[in-house]
Amino acid sequence: MLANIFTWFNDGFLKMTWLGDLVDFILTRIFNMTSNTVFYGSLSFFIFDVIKIFLLLSVLIYLSSYLQTYITVEKTRAILSKFKGIGANIVGALLGTITPFCSCSSIPIFIGFTRAGLPIGVTFSFLISSPLVDIASVVLLASIFGWKLALIYVGVGLLLAVVGGTLISVFKMEKYVEDFVKSGAIIEPMEEESLTSKQRRQYSVDQVKDIVKRVWKYILIGVAIGAIIHGYIPQDFIEKILGSNHWYSVLVGVFAGMPMYADIFGTLPIAEALVLKGVGVGTVLSFMMAVTTLSIPSIILLKKVVKNKLLYTFIFIVTSGIILIGYIFNYVIIL
Amino acid sequence: MIIKILGAGCSNCKKLYHNALLAIAEKGIDAEVIKVTDYSEIADYNVMRTPALVIDDKVVSYGKVASKEEILEFLN
Repeated sequence: MLANIFTWFNDGFLKMTWLGDLVDFILTRIFNMTSNTVFYGSLSFFIFDVIKIFLLLSVLIYLSSYLQTYITVEKTRAILSKFKGIGANIVGALLGTITPFCSCSSIPIFIGFTRAGLPIGVTFSFLISSPLVDIASVVLLASIFGWKLALIYVGVGLLLAVVGGTLISVFKMEKYVEDFVKSGAIIEPMEEESLTSKQRRQYSVDQVKDIVKRVWKYILIGVAIGAIIHGYIPQDFIEKILGSNHWYSVLVGVFAGMPMYADIFGTLPIAEALVLKGVGVGTVLSFMMAVTTLSIPSIILLKKVVKNKLLYTFIFIVTSGIILIGYIFNYVIIL
Repeated sequence: MIIKILGAGCSNCKKLYHNALLAIAEKGIDAEVIKVTDYSEIADYNVMRTPALVIDDKVVSYGKVASKEEILEFLN
């Protein structure tokens, strides 16, 4: 009974099987298209994915924004200051999953955490997990690849955040933070206004509008690339570069992902198309992680607050972590 | 009166700047609106979520784009 409800929910809301049928119905019956052409495959992939991603994204951002009105960055900082050692890294990584922010806020958060005396490694655990694992992207991941992969993604993402932050502490990287970050005034946090539930709803609606406005381009581009891969790029070509039996496929995925600046939502359709073409799960996971954590714009931002040595250490740790995750999934865990 | 908009130039900062100008115009007061984009200076106000609105060195709102009406209220 419970399993039935879950399947119903999963197919209806996450996989949106009805939407796929609807798109097929409209294309074949109303536009009289034949469904066995390559163009049809790409077109229906595009229409289905665009509608599905925008629908899911809006609902998920609304829900997670509502949750965020209770767990703000300021509260996160207060909670984190109560933990010590690796416990603080774990809590930092966990809090990173529920407190997303626009990348333009990551620097103020970095400074705010550091001035409040949080260890640099804990802040990094938070900063790594925040763009990498958030509720909206995990549910989207589940809708495309199933819950098993989504949960594994969460697990390794959190692990990367905890280990990465801990290593930065172990290497005693504190001294490589720019001086102005540490030295400024510590002003008591402004008292948080308690919101009415109407204000919380308003905030969530604003967030949905805001984020959709910011990411729609990436989603369209991502889905378009996915649709082209889906229909027009021959399977053996993709297998030649990214097939899971090649030792270099993970490296190709990571280094192709790094310069891309996209949201995880734009990356997912590409990942979906690649998996359908037989690319290893590990390769696709590390590609997505490279796009979200190592994009050049976010590295440029980070460079403003840390010295080169810490910046390179961060890039090195995250890159090797992502590559390692890719290999483990391609060779050790067969899904 | 000095009004500062804290934020490193994201689109929300521009909206807030715009709203601040509207509020001032409506109230007909003499105020200077300054954009603060320097991270170190933003941090001095202990703000972690931008954009933030500072009126006469007091943070009155952060992490959201305050509407013209809200800003009018802060000015009172």
